Amino acid sequence: MNTTPALDVDRVRADFPILNREVHGRPLVYLDSAASSQKPTQVIRAMSEYFEQHHSNVHRGAHELSVEATDAYEHARATLAGFIGAREPAELVFTRGTTESINLVAYAWGSGLERGDEIVLTVMEHHSNIVPWQLLAERSGVRLRFAGLTAAGRLDVDHLASLIGPSTRLVGLTHVSNSLGITNPVAEIAGLAHDVGALCLVDGAQAVPHMPVDVGALGCDFYAFSAHKMCGPTGVGALWARQAILEAMPPFQGGGEMISEVKLEGSVWAPVPHKFEAGTPPIAEAVGFGVAADYITALGFEAISAHEADLTSYALNRLAGLDGFELFGPSEDRLGVLSFRYGDIHPHDLATILDRQGVAIRAGHHCNQPLMDYLGVDATARASLYLYTTRGEIDVLVDALLVARDLFGGFE
Amino acid sequence: MNNRQAAHDGLNDAELSQLYQEVILDHYRRPRNKRDIEDTTHTVTMNNPLCGDVIDLLLSVKGGRIADISFKGKGCSISLASASMMTERLKGKSVDEALALSGTFTEMLHGDPAAAEATELGDLRALAGVSKFPVRVKCALLAWNCLQELVGPDA
Repeated sequence: MNTTPALDVDRVRADFPILNREVHGRPLVYLDSAASSQKPTQVIRAMSEYFEQHHSNVHRGAHELSVEATDAYEHARATLAGFIGAREPAELVFTRGTTESINLVAYAWGSGLERGDEIVLTVMEHHSNIVPWQLLAERSGVRLRFAGLTAAGRLDVDHLASLIGPSTRLVGLTHVSNSLGITNPVAEIAGLAHDVGALCLVDGAQAVPHMPVDVGALGCDFYAFSAHKMCGPTGVGALWARQAILEAMPPFQGGGEMISEVKLEGSVWAPVPHKFEAGTPPIAEAVGFGVAADYITALGFEAISAHEADLTSYALNRLAGLDGFELFGPSEDRLGVLSFRYGDIHPHDLATILDRQGVAIRAGHHCNQPLMDYLGVDATARASLYLYTTRGEIDVLVDALLVARDLFGGFE
Repeated sequence: MNNRQAAHDGLNDAELSQLYQEVILDHYRRPRNKRDIEDTTHTVTMNNPLCGDVIDLLLSVKGGRIADISFKGKGCSISLASASMMTERLKGKSVDEALALSGTFTEMLHGDPAAAEATELGDLRALAGVSKFPVRVKCALLAWNCLQELVGPDA
């Protein structure tokens, strides 16, 4: 029996004021949510209300506002810890976003690595899960190894397994690819890492907006994600790690907030997670982040997933009907982030022509240059769907692509 | 019915039609001087890191004159058409003339109406419409930035 309440898209869209605007005289069709999602009124209001009623610095003063701000900030932490299945709120460190979360691990945890140690990544990683490790490799001499893809456009798990050995200290991979739309078998790979005593880091930026995440079930050791891709504000994200791992790690940045005692001869660090939160944190953003998680939870992942699966298959069906449409990544068992090329129109030209029709897509390498090299393309166009996207918007996309084709006088 | 005309009429977007003129699409699809040259004296590779467009510019400069010029690369219609038209226009010109044209072309892309009337730009005037699309100006300038890098005042 299917008892899942369907997503009422019209009602959802009413929560997102920006979806009412026009671009170049046409209704906005926002198909760039994989880059950054739009924000519901609930999140915007919560942040305004925080500033209007509760703002002060956190964990500082004895006065009422500081208590309220601290409560709001820590309440958001508890909400987000629950959102991803963490055991304790203390396992969740607020950061500026996924990029900073991974940099934190590469600096703090990575400081214990040395020449001869290896880190295994995949060619589909976002630059944010490659460059911090390259910087670590420059500092310490660790070796980076990269797992490739199967012919079907999925992670080649056998290749990845063959790269893992006694020198492996960490296996890092994305949960969902921001170009291919595939979901990686994180639990299996975390198991492979643990078999050799290595840890497993997961870039969850593209997963948390679309699927329920349970870090315990995934079995990974680090999980990084951002607010702004899941209906929350920019400027805040999180790093989850098991408490024992966080406690064993040295701090990332030094300053206020992260200490329990400072003397000129040296300092004592605050307990986790505060040890990793130097300086005044983005308090209003954290509050918005928590409300975004509540918003998604209230809609329900079952309803969101069903809606996105329906839209993805509708979009793929309609787009596959266009002569010259080429999809990157598998056409089944995938999420609604669709990288493609269309005839001989360069993705930038497509993005410009679509923009003039109100359709926002991304064009370029999507911070995925090694993957683009691997696929043998310099750039792709990318349309990404989310919980507020409609079938009607897919129809507008298809019509806009046909206009682009005609503007180019057909294909050669 | 001409599809291109229909698209223009249906979209009713003069600026977009101006951007994607047939001469630009022709240079995009049949780039001129996309080849190797003999006696290369100057070569450089430049890219737009945000979008991945890459242009290699090759020059053979003899006695202060561009004896031969070619390019290679990958990119959008605007960056490739600009490179292709540029090579046609600059071959045989003195380096000083080439740099003067580069200045006029850049002014045209920044919306200077006088520059857009400059007859010495020839076909390159077809790219005047790019000025209405600020994010694409860097595409049209990529090959010209290569020229500046090779023989410009700071080279």
